[in-house]
Amino acid sequence: MNAIEVRGLRKSYGDNHAVQGIDLTVARGEVFALLGPNGAGKTTTVEILEGHRTRDEGFVKVLNTDPSTAGRDWRARIGIVLQTATDSAELTVRETIRHYAGYYPRPRRLDDVIEVCGLAEKADARIRSLSGGQRRRVDVALGIIGDPELLFLDEPTTGFDPQARRQFWALVQALAAEGTTILLTTHYLDEAEALANRLAVIAGGRIVAEGTPATLGGRATAAATVSWTDADGDHEISTDDPTSVVARLAGQAVSGLKVRQPSLEDVYLELIGATQ
Amino acid sequence: MTTAVLPSTAKIGLSRGLAELRMFFRAKDAVIFTFSFPAFLLILLGSIFTGTDPGNTVPMSQVFAASMIAYGILSTAFLTVGIGIAVDREDGTLKRLRGTPVSAVAYFLGKIVLVAVATVAEVVLLLAVGVVAFDLPLPSDPGRWLTFAWVLALSVLACTLLGIAASSLAKSAKSAPAVLNLPVIALQFLSGIFVHISVLPNSMVTVASFFPVKWMGQGFRSVFLPDSMMSAEVAGSWEHGMTALVLGAWCVIGLVLCLTTFRWSEKR
Repeated sequence: MNAIEVRGLRKSYGDNHAVQGIDLTVARGEVFALLGPNGAGKTTTVEILEGHRTRDEGFVKVLNTDPSTAGRDWRARIGIVLQTATDSAELTVRETIRHYAGYYPRPRRLDDVIEVCGLAEKADARIRSLSGGQRRRVDVALGIIGDPELLFLDEPTTGFDPQARRQFWALVQALAAEGTTILLTTHYLDEAEALANRLAVIAGGRIVAEGTPATLGGRATAAATVSWTDADGDHEISTDDPTSVVARLAGQAVSGLKVRQPSLEDVYLELIGATQ
Repeated sequence: MTTAVLPSTAKIGLSRGLAELRMFFRAKDAVIFTFSFPAFLLILLGSIFTGTDPGNTVPMSQVFAASMIAYGILSTAFLTVGIGIAVDREDGTLKRLRGTPVSAVAYFLGKIVLVAVATVAEVVLLLAVGVVAFDLPLPSDPGRWLTFAWVLALSVLACTLLGIAASSLAKSAKSAPAVLNLPVIALQFLSGIFVHISVLPNSMVTVASFFPVKWMGQGFRSVFLPDSMMSAEVAGSWEHGMTALVLGAWCVIGLVLCLTTFRWSEKR
């Protein structure tokens, strides 16, 4: 069964056609990443799926329910990690998470959530005293305390230092291993590559490519770049068969030999460049 | 799927109320500027105007002490709720709650719990200042406490509902205190809270009579001042019927405005 099914989704704000016919399917247990530049329609799409916005057109089912008419039961089964929230500043981390646990029929254990989100040392600190990264971990804790079947993560690691990002990835991977379906939006290509089973690139309100991190946009079969330096200077060639190029160079006096497959970032930039 | 039962709206509302109270009394600016301000002004005004106006039997300080309860309710109901919702809308509270099983009713129940507790504390504080600093006599007649109860209830209800409606007027959390304080301060001058109503020009009193604050102040004066002070009122009487009517009407207006203007967020 699918956690998310979207067909022909459209949404406009006046003359701004933010979403222009999106189809999307996310299976249960999948980690699905939605990539795209600012203004591509990413956040609008996700907010429609979360029930925060209404749509103009299209078929949308999230956990078998239409989010625009869904009730409290449905909201108890999803978790949303917000992009920018600064609420509950005067409560402690533990008080806030405990309070939110009271909204749900079967919340996770408070101490487990504090532990898994790396908040044990800050559990009794007021939220206003936390750093940006710690604050985001509270957001994640509030998103998962209700033990959701489906978790929305909207640009979750913006503003994290590299170490905090790695810790956060481990947390997401742990949730995914437990079977939580996750819809992730992100600007960071390495994040999508590390976490997602499948991903889609959205640009100009449309999905321009969809696949796994390894195959997106023909990445697996795309030409590789081989570069080296010899007595004649620097060389760089694009080839479908890098192995034979390297074999040909073997035994010659070359330095700086590099074989580069297109990175996810290369593919991504090409995809969104093509639509702009 | 197991069938786990969602916590009831009443239970979530109560739990939100406790969290709201905790946040309110921990926020120093709220406690200082919203909660303590009416008592602070009462001490100032009561200490400046110590005399008794000619023809009156009660010192001005006691008149202020009675009237200032209206300001206390404006603070803990109208301002706290109006500013609080504007802040909730901006800092992500409302958006976050919208993604949880918390219903709008539960959210407002939480606000009502906050208002109820904060208002009782505010009134107790103001009466304590009135009694201790200005010898305000507390009535022994149960009938007067009955009047106190219904004036208080209608005032709190009207101010809370109008506060919810007014929260949509503020463009941001930063501008909310300024935007909402404007009518509060203006109406208190027009309605004889900061100056006694008997010295105000007629036109001002006429304008004030359309708004709840005048009737709130008059209602509380009728509780704590002797009937001999009736002559200092505009109509020469306490006008309980009219007070109930105007405050009741504002409750209805407030409810309609709430239902038509409340938004979870700025966007559609």
